[in-house]
Amino acid sequence: MSGPWRSASGGSSIDRSRPVRFEFDGRPYQGFAGDTLASALLANGVHLVGRSFKYHRPRGIMAAGPEDPNALVTVRRDAARYTPNLNAAQVELYEGLMAESQNRWPSLHFDVGRINDYLSRFLPSGFYYKTFMWPRKAWHGFYEPRIRAAAGLGRAPSEPDPDTYGQRFAHCEVLVIGAGPAGLTEALAAARTGVRVIVCDEQAPPPRTSPADSAGEWHDIRAQLAVMPNVTVLARTTAFGYMPHNMVALTERLTDHLSAPLKHVPRERLWQVRAREVVLATGAIERPLVFPGNDLPGVMLAGAARTYLGRYGVLPGARVAILTANDEAYRAAVELRAAGVEVVALADLRPQVMGRLPEAARQAGMTIRTGTTTVGTRGDQHVTALGLCAIGADGTVSGAVDWIGCDTVLMSGGFTPSVHLFSQSRGKLTWDASLQVFVPGAAAENCRCVGACAGEMGADSGGSWLGALPRPEGPATGKSFVDWQNDVTAADLDLAVREGFRSIEHIKRYTTTGMATDQGKTSNLNALAIAAQRLRRAIPEVGLTTFRMPYLPVGFGGLAGYARGELFAPVRKTPMYDWAAERGAVFEPVSLWQRARYFPQPGEDMHQAVARECCNVRRACGMFDASTLGKIEVVGPDAVEFMNRMYVNNWSTLAVGRCRYGILLRDDGFVYDDGVVARTAADRFHVTTTTGGAPRVLAMMEDYLQTEWPDLKVWLTSTTEQWAVIAVQGPKARAVIELLVEDVDLANAALPHMSVARGRVCGVPALVFRVSFTGELGYEINVPADYGADVWRAVWQAGQAHGICAYGTEAMHVLRAEKGYVIVGQDTDGTVTADDAGLSWAVGKSKPDFLGLASLRRAALVDPNRKQLVGLLTSDPNVVLEEGSQITATASLRPPMKVIGHVTSSYYSAVLGRSIALALVSAGRSRMGQTLYVPTRTGESSVTVTNPVSYDPKGERLNG
Amino acid sequence: MAEIALRRPPSPGAGSYWRPLPPCARYALRVNLVDAAAAAGSALPVATAACRASVQGDWAALWLGPDEQLLIGPEPAGAAFADAVASALQGVSHSVVDVSHRQGAIEITGPHAAALVNAGCPLDLDLAATPAGFCSRTVFAKAEIVLWRRGNEHFHLEIWRSFMPYLAAFLSEVERELPGQGGSRGA
Amino acid sequence: MLLIPCPYCGVRPELEFSYGGQAHIARPQTSASAEEWAAFQYERVNTRGPHAERWRHTHGCGRFFNVVRDTTTDQILRSYRSGER
Repeated sequence: MSGPWRSASGGSSIDRSRPVRFEFDGRPYQGFAGDTLASALLANGVHLVGRSFKYHRPRGIMAAGPEDPNALVTVRRDAARYTPNLNAAQVELYEGLMAESQNRWPSLHFDVGRINDYLSRFLPSGFYYKTFMWPRKAWHGFYEPRIRAAAGLGRAPSEPDPDTYGQRFAHCEVLVIGAGPAGLTEALAAARTGVRVIVCDEQAPPPRTSPADSAGEWHDIRAQLAVMPNVTVLARTTAFGYMPHNMVALTERLTDHLSAPLKHVPRERLWQVRAREVVLATGAIERPLVFPGNDLPGVMLAGAARTYLGRYGVLPGARVAILTANDEAYRAAVELRAAGVEVVALADLRPQVMGRLPEAARQAGMTIRTGTTTVGTRGDQHVTALGLCAIGADGTVSGAVDWIGCDTVLMSGGFTPSVHLFSQSRGKLTWDASLQVFVPGAAAENCRCVGACAGEMGADSGGSWLGALPRPEGPATGKSFVDWQNDVTAADLDLAVREGFRSIEHIKRYTTTGMATDQGKTSNLNALAIAAQRLRRAIPEVGLTTFRMPYLPVGFGGLAGYARGELFAPVRKTPMYDWAAERGAVFEPVSLWQRARYFPQPGEDMHQAVARECCNVRRACGMFDASTLGKIEVVGPDAVEFMNRMYVNNWSTLAVGRCRYGILLRDDGFVYDDGVVARTAADRFHVTTTTGGAPRVLAMMEDYLQTEWPDLKVWLTSTTEQWAVIAVQGPKARAVIELLVEDVDLANAALPHMSVARGRVCGVPALVFRVSFTGELGYEINVPADYGADVWRAVWQAGQAHGICAYGTEAMHVLRAEKGYVIVGQDTDGTVTADDAGLSWAVGKSKPDFLGLASLRRAALVDPNRKQLVGLLTSDPNVVLEEGSQITATASLRPPMKVIGHVTSSYYSAVLGRSIALALVSAGRSRMGQTLYVPTRTGESSVTVTNPVSYDPKGERLNG
Repeated sequence: MAEIALRRPPSPGAGSYWRPLPPCARYALRVNLVDAAAAAGSALPVATAACRASVQGDWAALWLGPDEQLLIGPEPAGAAFADAVASALQGVSHSVVDVSHRQGAIEITGPHAAALVNAGCPLDLDLAATPAGFCSRTVFAKAEIVLWRRGNEHFHLEIWRSFMPYLAAFLSEVERELPGQGGSRGA
Repeated sequence: MLLIPCPYCGVRPELEFSYGGQAHIARPQTSASAEEWAAFQYERVNTRGPHAERWRHTHGCGRFFNVVRDTTTDQILRSYRSGER
């Protein structure tokens, strides 16, 4: 009922009273609550669970934990909840679970891709590099698409992920990774001192009710930890990354083991734990043996068979042959036999076997064939026999082969400490000659390794084997796998060394051993041993490849956490956003802000809306939300001196109440930012910056103030969000606002262009600027932000009588381009000087110093052939050039063309009835009137170089 | 004459464990604390200990840096208070800038307050590391905040105006996981 | 993710800081040679081992300060205020 391959009793994790139905590749099966998908499949006699990556060989379940390289499956709840590449030994069974095998077509049992296995002598390591070189042109059209189709494991889900993912920052004094005996002991000891302890383990918590077995005392510790308020126990939680300064990333799986996702419970939670001390109790991984045909389904690690029997009551087969070099495998022999499994052969690679465990096997009546190796297995989709052969006294293998009929082969080459996290922490590994493994050496972080991961293997687990098993001379009878997951064989490693690779890092890349989710878990030491043997060097001399994060695959959802949808990034909105949205404004992102781009009326497209808005501003007036501009309050007795050193302008001559267009360079002489600066008091400036530049300008000011000029008495405060800014522009601007403004004389004489006054607007305190970014009479009303919405509405109301319109960033761009005003970051790109941009009039040339002054003397920055900002008029007034288009001096479409500049801004100007453009052109100002050429998608346009100002060149409209 | 404009701060809703606080007056005080102490003595309502807030009557002074304080108090008395600070610091280089509208505040209370904050903020919220009275500028996910721990289970978060909806939406999302909200358990 | 000792606020997570490049590079006088200016702007060491560098506690007290960090281990050997050595 729960599968024919269950033992009569036992299985500490399963509940035999609760059957659970599931599907694998569309066929129904039944397991028990507490099963993993792997244990339930084995209980049903299903061993063939996947096809290998390259050769599509049939593969079975080899291990009982995260190290299993074969049983990668897809678990599907629906089209969106479709998770590939899950390890069947880690998938907890739930009612209705649907799993699929991968990397096979048309079916798991008949896979066309297996052809690769039979062609494998044409597909050695590095065959990509060797084969697809010729013909060169075939790469993009032919080879690459086919290789991509054949590569990769699993398929991505076809629908967006409907689950949610959580995140937590956590801190503790002791983080224990691994809740086995060593980890639990450490956790309890630490917890009793009263400090904060976090214990995590990648497995499900063992059931409280399980029978008192050897794990009984550990249940007791778990129960104690569970009630201690200073202890957090995280089950189903994998520590996958060890970052500097004891930051460890954990992923906790909260719902994957449930029949249905729970509402309001995230599927996973990412923990970023900062621990004073990290205790690694990550255990050890049993090493497979490298012999021909070691990848047939039915070949399994001896410890895995014990786990499946002890925890899940699952029998791996009926007739088991065991080949080991380690004493622990004898436990499997004894326990399996006690469960009724026939042990048909018990072979050991070692010439002599004396330990307590082999002795126990002998006393149970089993015969041990010592000094025995294998020539390989037989079987097609499942193992049917193991060929055993004696190793001679000289180490050679020449005797007769004894083919033992069996349905299961258990192997053990010893245990490899799980040093992945320790190595990620940059701890040094040292070679333990007696254990023949790398163990943790000097730690780089405050971290300790305990238990098996520290090489404490226990008294009864002696013996190990590294590298390929000895076998008779002559060609091998099959492939000996070192890395099951990446289909790397002992012969591939031989080949890499023969072809001249010496560094283990190069051998890894050439053969792909230890890559992907394996990360060396089962393959590392065997690969290293084979390479070392071929290189005739000792293993520690060959060294070790780097263990990389993550220890196990982590889903993108878990890494993204809350950062999706509206929480992907803050969406900044001004106080007037809602008004604009109600009016149907179309918004555009500008840094994190959403700015109204245009306000289409019914039936209008963008060009029509923008044309109407532009004409309306020039004819009557328009209002514009300029709140996103950065604002910095610069205050202090040295404020003028500070501004003189930061900006190119001369601020000493700016009177209180007046404004000036400021230009900020970096010390390399290139334009960094710009904006209107108002002097609001003798010791106070209101500095505006570009929208995107606000944080970096403030940071740059603080940098120079704190580190270069700490003697200056100046204080900086960001007021970007303190003020809502309403620009009212156009010949009717004054008429619109004059009824709203108190305590400010708006007359030209009292508040001329480029001046500022304090007053009240709509009864609230305001700064009223007389400034213009359109070339029209203009004001910018600054009010504290929470009043912005009401004041905006009041201006709108007042403007109705004067034909006001709201205009967006697109019209703003056109209006300023008509006036030749630059936008930093559009008409400049970090390689443009003030002079290039035609702004040298602003530079206070008599000042002793300012940012960029020294650089402006460099020959390259005063070269007359530098690109300079000019206007371009197309010969066809209806052609609007593409921004970014290149510019040439000659009318030839044949490459190579000498490019002398590029278009930075280009629009259709409805007011002028033609297109306009700004461009950076080499020696542009000396080319006025010249004809240049702009290659376009359909041919080329001829253009005439002009002054950048194409509207009201004398600036008369500024005064209304 | 147009109608008087009303103060309309962002209205991000509220959750079970968090709520926005009503508008108030705020001033960014930039002054070297050593100079300030010498000039004004203890008459000045400023926090002198690093990363600690000082509450005097209606006004709180939050230490944000060795030369930066955030002063928070009731709105009607704001201007008078700012004047008092300025006159206490006469002769000392300083700046007082009105930032009442630059930011808003959200209060998080209850037994899960720390878990809610730690969903986005990387600080250690153990009382030994961040006791009541602790304050600092820090980050919450992708936004900058000022975190002020007013009590063991009571946090005050200052956040710039346009980031308020992001913070509120984030807290709502996290809150759904908490016990009593349908979630399995806290953290 | 580093833990950075701010001289003003104590040890804080890296998320609160921004990196400010190599420390102790003074801005030359305006009268300095083109070579000195070029060095100031473009020449930086690429130290293997202890490296003096600037950090700013951007999302904290806002102060720039200096840190000596071993670039091979990421361990921070000390931190000190701007203007100190």
